[in-house]
Amino acid sequence: MEGRGAARGDLAIRGALGLVAGLLFALLAFPLAALLLGAPPGELVRALRDPAVLPAAGLSLASTSVSLALIVAGGTPLAWAIARGAGRRWRAVETLVELPAVLPPAVAGVALLLAFGRRGVLGPALARLGLGLPFTSAAVVMAQSFVAAPFYVQAAVAAFRRVDPDLLFVARTLGAGRARVFLTVAVPVARPGLTGGAALAWARALGEFGATLMFAGNMPGRTQTLPLAIYTALESDLRTAQSLSILLVAAAFALLVAVRAGRRS
Amino acid sequence: MRRRRPLLVLLLLLGATPAAARQRPELVVFEAASLKEALAPLAAAFEAAHPPARVILNAAGSQELRAQIEHGAPADVFVSADHRQMDPLVAAHLVETPVRFACNRPVLVTRLGLDTIASLADLPRAQRLVLGAPEVPIGAYAERVFRRAATLYGADFPARVQARVVSRELNVRQVLAKVILGEADAAVVYASDAAAARGKVRVVALPPAADVLAEYPIARVRAGAQPALARAFLDFARGPAGVAALKEAGFAACPAP
Repeated sequence: MEGRGAARGDLAIRGALGLVAGLLFALLAFPLAALLLGAPPGELVRALRDPAVLPAAGLSLASTSVSLALIVAGGTPLAWAIARGAGRRWRAVETLVELPAVLPPAVAGVALLLAFGRRGVLGPALARLGLGLPFTSAAVVMAQSFVAAPFYVQAAVAAFRRVDPDLLFVARTLGAGRARVFLTVAVPVARPGLTGGAALAWARALGEFGATLMFAGNMPGRTQTLPLAIYTALESDLRTAQSLSILLVAAAFALLVAVRAGRRS
Repeated sequence: MRRRRPLLVLLLLLGATPAAARQRPELVVFEAASLKEALAPLAAAFEAAHPPARVILNAAGSQELRAQIEHGAPADVFVSADHRQMDPLVAAHLVETPVRFACNRPVLVTRLGLDTIASLADLPRAQRLVLGAPEVPIGAYAERVFRRAATLYGADFPARVQARVVSRELNVRQVLAKVILGEADAAVVYASDAAAARGKVRVVALPPAADVLAEYPIARVRAGAQPALARAFLDFARGPAGVAALKEAGFAACPAP
């Protein structure tokens, strides 16, 4: 009797778990399906002819490329230093570098304005150099780098920590300098992890919205990236917003597939 | 059995919360961003006159509110900063026939410490000009101001101004904020916004020939959950209390229709 009761209880729990899991899956999958199925394809293609689309796509591509280059160039040695560094100070650096990844983008926007804005900490110094950062494409890159770099650094630190210390030791005993060990041993060995981190960072930079809107403004052709164009279009033409959204979903999907393929090989 | 009790409590809580909230009827008013200072005291006065009603104000760019109502946002009353964002809702039978609620005048504001812009004619000398996006009412009004000013300062005036624009914000308060922050040299906002930011920006009056009048229509949203309360609010807003609140916030007197 007791056995059958337990079995029935197990069945009920399994049913309940299946139900909540299914609900969450539907919450994730249904809006994406609606994005694709919510309009006739011809209308969506026509919507892409909106004059805001091409400049926004071009700016998104260009700014995220520059952001990614900056992130990889600076983030790789930084991650190496964090991975090799011991002690409380390096843990503090690591925490600080990871923080922007979990900050709300609006906080990033305020922080960037307070640091580099005209009335910001560095504002007067930048003005003396004739540099006004807000409302420029450079501000777009800075906002993207601020929010996206942590994703790359985090992944790179993890990848470098997995590099076999013996390998580095052998390279050193064979006479390679520290820089050479980093560039010719550590980076190639950690490459799969670095690539995955770069892909994540790129996706985050491509999706950057809040900090860009606050720090770089919303100017077609100069600071209006695809997410800002979507937000602006939603208030004038829903189809354009939808078409651009599909474009970004496709980019994110391609990225996921590429990362998966990279991981497997 | 004992293990199921938390679940039961949770269900009870979930069922109980909305019922508790429902005790006070809530009137949801979607207001153009520039109405913030005017409608906040008006809403408080309305609550005092109609207990236990509660007024929930939602301020944003009129174009954003219009889009939200089109997508079924639960609003009872909509006040737009121009007719362009109200008319599509009328055409779609989403709102009742609107009436004029307020009038406002676009003005030029410049950041403190900047002395190169003494009149509208100097605007092309601004290094960074911030406007509302074209679909935002203040963005459309600003363009009308520049077009009218072309008769004063030459046909290329609108183009010379556009060349200085560095951002097109999505509501007038974001435009104003950029000038208060000092990020923008100048911007076109409403006289009421300039009044709200007194001491934080410098106001430059527009020449009469370039002046435009901004009309704010108000309408009841048909799908609203509180039709009677919404009608009462419309009457209240257009009565003496509304007139006083608008005047206090720096709105203009509407010309006789």
